[in-house]
Amino acid sequence: MNPETLLYAKTHEWVSLAEEGGSKVATVGISAFAVEALTDLVFMELPKVGQQVKPGDSICEIESVKAVSDLYSPVEGEVVEINEPLPDTLETLSEDPFGAGWVCKIKLASETGLDKLMDYATYQKACEEEAH
Amino acid sequence: MPTTANLAHTPLHDWHAAHGGRMVDFAGWSMPVQYASIVDEHNATRTAAGLFDISHMGRLAFHGPDTAKFLDAMVTRRIADMKPGQIRYGLMCNADGGILDDVLVYRWDGELQSMPNPPSFHMVVNASNRQKILDWLVDRQVEFAARTEDLTHSTAMIALQGPLAIEKTDPLCDCELTSLRYYRGIATRVLGHDCYLSRTGYTGEDGCEIICPAENAVEIWETLHESIEESEGMAVGLGARDTLRLEAGMPLYGHELSENINPLQAGLDFAVNLPDRDFIGRDALVSATEGARPVRVGLQMDGRRAARDGCPVLEGDKPVGTVTSGTYSPTFERPLAMAYVKPAVSAIGTPLSVDIRGTQLPATVVPLPFYQRGK
Repeated sequence: MNPETLLYAKTHEWVSLAEEGGSKVATVGISAFAVEALTDLVFMELPKVGQQVKPGDSICEIESVKAVSDLYSPVEGEVVEINEPLPDTLETLSEDPFGAGWVCKIKLASETGLDKLMDYATYQKACEEEAH
Repeated sequence: MPTTANLAHTPLHDWHAAHGGRMVDFAGWSMPVQYASIVDEHNATRTAAGLFDISHMGRLAFHGPDTAKFLDAMVTRRIADMKPGQIRYGLMCNADGGILDDVLVYRWDGELQSMPNPPSFHMVVNASNRQKILDWLVDRQVEFAARTEDLTHSTAMIALQGPLAIEKTDPLCDCELTSLRYYRGIATRVLGHDCYLSRTGYTGEDGCEIICPAENAVEIWETLHESIEESEGMAVGLGARDTLRLEAGMPLYGHELSENINPLQAGLDFAVNLPDRDFIGRDALVSATEGARPVRVGLQMDGRRAARDGCPVLEGDKPVGTVTSGTYSPTFERPLAMAYVKPAVSAIGTPLSVDIRGTQLPATVVPLPFYQRGK
């Protein structure tokens, strides 16, 4: 996926919106910036299919040598698909964070949260500020 | 991300920032938690050499004829009989035996130092406790002909640790570092600058620590860095310092040590000398009843999910303790932790479990240290 066409949450999740069978589905992953900041990943737990989530809900955990971080849902809806091999191939997250490193797909129940997401340029700027 | 605006800077701060150091607030200091990968920095220290800026540690110097007597009354370890060049690990306790800090005490021979106003002793204390310890000592030195001086900002402290540490540092010194024994120190010149050099560290590896004037820190650091880089060594941040010390079973103040824990619970009996002397907290330690308080143990776990500070330790469904430090161990490639548990479940091999954010995972009591370097 092209990172420049994705939307971003301030907690560093990326979102790609698509129409699937008449409903909006968000593919969610972790930005390259966040993966780079985490480093030394050792453990990840995926969300559960069927899980109902709201924007800001912790949907899973990702753990590095140093600390545990939460992944937050950027949208409201139901988890319909998860990237099952990901916890056993954590290197995918750093090698292809915007593609093979996707985490889950969420079928939107509403538009809630979408207005809070940033475009690529705005997100880049936020990351630069955070890095300083 | 935390702002590092109002934090103290070590003389090496700008070097860290220019070399990819991720600067974080550590006890009021802006310090590098890592440059790139904690695992790589950890492994470089175990297999080659790791270079650490530990200038945030508090460095105190002592002057006056009664210094030995003064420190002997403050520290759990016998100080009065220390010979020049000796270094001892000890605790400072309050009257209840609670640990104020864990410290290294260095005995120096005034005549062997070329710097002006040489101290007879140094003490290195934790950054987080520096002001507390300084106040504690200054309040009590009035009864002795002794004076405490804070050298933290006028000096820097650099550690080189790992199997190559000694041979990489030796060519820079005026002394023969290879013949300096473990836990011994020497006042010498490093690159021509007056320094204190000691064969000590906090990683479980052989190595040395250098106390140098603040203005010479960058030169010494860069020379060491250049030398170890040729041999797979690298600069190491506080993240790997923590995983290294944890594998080495070394306690960290604020985790395994606090004012609510006494040295005996912490398993630091070797650093407590009770006979024929008096020090603050001695009476409390003499009457401390064995078996009454939780004790420090090592826990080994399977899988990849690490127990962290604060996780409850259980025997069956029953809470029996709390994890104080835990990480995924780069050396053993499994989670390791230290915890305080009830003495009844502290025996090696006892099967316990740790509650990691709602999930209970099995853990086994194992001996500390987890890691011991080959002799």
